[in-house]
Amino acid sequence: MKYVEEFRDGELARGLAAAVARAVEPGRSYSFMEFCGGHTHAISRYGVTDLLPAKVRMIHGPGCPVCVLPIGRVDMAIELALAHGVTLCTYGDTLRIPASQGLSLLRAKSRGADVRIVYSCADALALAQQHPNRQVVFFAIGFETTTPPTAVVIRQAQVLGLENFSVLCCHVLTPAAIGHILESPEVREYGTVPLDGFIGPAHVSTVIGSRPYEFFAEEYRKPVVIAGFEPLDVMQAILMLVNQVNEGRAEVENEFSRAVTREGNLKAQNLVAEVFELRREFEWRGLNVVPYSALRIRADYARFDAERRFPLSYRQVADNRACECGAILRGVKRPWECKLFGTGCTPENPMGSCMVSSEGACAAHYTYGRFKELAVAEA
Amino acid sequence: MSAVKRGYVRGLDLKEGRVDMSHGSGGRAMAQLIDELFAQAFANDYLGQGDDGAVLPGAPGRLVMSTDCHVVSPLFFPGGDIGCLSVHGTINDVAMMGATPLYLTAGFILEEGFPLADLKRIIDSMARASREAGVPVVAGDTKVVEQGHGDGVFITTTGLGLLPEGVNLSGSRARAGDRILVSGSIGDHGMAIMAQRESLGFSSIIVSDTQALHGLVAALLSSGAEVHALRDPTRGGLATTLNEIAQQSGVGMMLEEAAIPVNTEVAAACELLGLDPLYVANEGKLVAIIAANDAERALSVLAAHPQGARAAIVGTVHEDAHHFVQMITSFGGRRIVDWLTGEQLPRIC
Repeated sequence: MKYVEEFRDGELARGLAAAVARAVEPGRSYSFMEFCGGHTHAISRYGVTDLLPAKVRMIHGPGCPVCVLPIGRVDMAIELALAHGVTLCTYGDTLRIPASQGLSLLRAKSRGADVRIVYSCADALALAQQHPNRQVVFFAIGFETTTPPTAVVIRQAQVLGLENFSVLCCHVLTPAAIGHILESPEVREYGTVPLDGFIGPAHVSTVIGSRPYEFFAEEYRKPVVIAGFEPLDVMQAILMLVNQVNEGRAEVENEFSRAVTREGNLKAQNLVAEVFELRREFEWRGLNVVPYSALRIRADYARFDAERRFPLSYRQVADNRACECGAILRGVKRPWECKLFGTGCTPENPMGSCMVSSEGACAAHYTYGRFKELAVAEA
Repeated sequence: MSAVKRGYVRGLDLKEGRVDMSHGSGGRAMAQLIDELFAQAFANDYLGQGDDGAVLPGAPGRLVMSTDCHVVSPLFFPGGDIGCLSVHGTINDVAMMGATPLYLTAGFILEEGFPLADLKRIIDSMARASREAGVPVVAGDTKVVEQGHGDGVFITTTGLGLLPEGVNLSGSRARAGDRILVSGSIGDHGMAIMAQRESLGFSSIIVSDTQALHGLVAALLSSGAEVHALRDPTRGGLATTLNEIAQQSGVGMMLEEAAIPVNTEVAAACELLGLDPLYVANEGKLVAIIAANDAERALSVLAAHPQGARAAIVGTVHEDAHHFVQMITSFGGRRIVDWLTGEQLPRIC
């Protein structure tokens, strides 16, 4: 398969692995956070860590849109579908997120809620056009990658004058989350999370560009290497990060230059700015309330805002007390250090959100890598 | 069915007609539907007996029986339809036990309003598949449900087969050292269906692999290779089937990603949707667990058969208390190939 297999070549991977092994300095260890779930998934699925020296540790970050969605937001979606009887359209991953009262969108569906999986928000808009007598709500989640398409459909709905289409906007912002992690006491003061650098997002960066990360490199002295989602991209980025650390540099470098520019996609940025504005604060699962970290629909497009169209209110819901998703999303703990991992919480019966999406740190580790610590335990 | 012609006023309208509740009421309309559509298409002596059950000649030895319900959307897809699928699916289940399939029965649940022309297409395709496989449909039943209570057509087929002396295949017989073979490229059926679903909005040239595999199985068994287990990796794909066998046999498995045949179009479509071909359904492929010494021989027998041209040895069985199916990735790492959780859903990013 052209343009895909080139980035998964085993021989090149071995070459890069050897280069990383040569680059790591004796007596030094390296901890890098891959922010994105896409990277987490690639690392687990292709077994990237098997090729890395033991001294290079990858920490899974919070960049999984499903994982960071707080229970209260899923509750709102369920309420829309069950109590207000709307047709709720959503991306597939969100269906299994555990919500309050043992519900999830999937369970709400089996109780009669009209929940549809769509592959694009444009499908939700089309559904609204086909069924003018039904209220169709698009449950919009995701980082900057999925935001511009949502902006497009809201504008289209405006042009079409649709009265039965609205969006439950839960779009969140990457730089705010990175900043929050860097400001967290674990990273700043206690040093419980040794963080030597970041692998920067792939698809998100195609939209926002590489410039927003420059602040982190300068202000916090953390190197950032933006990388594509293919396993060779990740290997190459790790090598670049190791080199930066060795040379005492903290710069933004772009491994994903085939898709990412410094300025990003200006057209998409303008579109987003036209339709959305910053929320003063937004709750993230695991990171708690993060100021200016999410978007809401501007007043000009208020009639397409499900939060204004329907009587909905947000209620904060605490996670299960034993669930370590929060600590895992901040890089403080690793999936297998959670008591529930693989026992009370499995992909079949997820208790925490990290076990839901295949991009979540727990699900990725459970699905692809759990033989590792079992082998250690038995040895 | 009775050979005595009943007093129908008019023939079935197979162009514009639709299934209505009277087609399931037990009255004349139902008899007409059965006579003019089902009995004609499936015509054979056993079905022609027209009694409550078919009387079949006794067969010495052990019998294998299997049943399979078929619900598929869309009903027609590139490479097949629910009709031939329901024949192939059950024949394959019987064949995977090493048996020679002899007879099929078929149950139909029809939704009120379903076009008779579509029903005829399905029945004709089913009859063709049954003829080509040499396995007659000897009994059947039809029910009609109200509109909104079904999805066009549901078909349940049951197959009966004869197990030759000395053949003992079971998912519980995989042993450390055995080799894992597949008879061809994986994921074709599932992606052919997926690509047809309207919401995806892309056109593809992927064709379902639906086919009856009893000929391929017979060739493999007659080669004398020591076959421990056969299974057709339908729902849940290769990954699910191997996990079932690993669990049943209490063993682990190690696959070699680079050795698993996947068509480029299927790989590309999976890539686009964020799906893994290992979990995508097949309807015309088999997995064989073969004693190590016979693996090469089995491979050459499969490869010599038109249905096994792209057969490959894809892995090895080993001891593992956790019964993990693992894989050496083409990239050079190692990972688990786990049970599927719920349905495979496309990723967001």
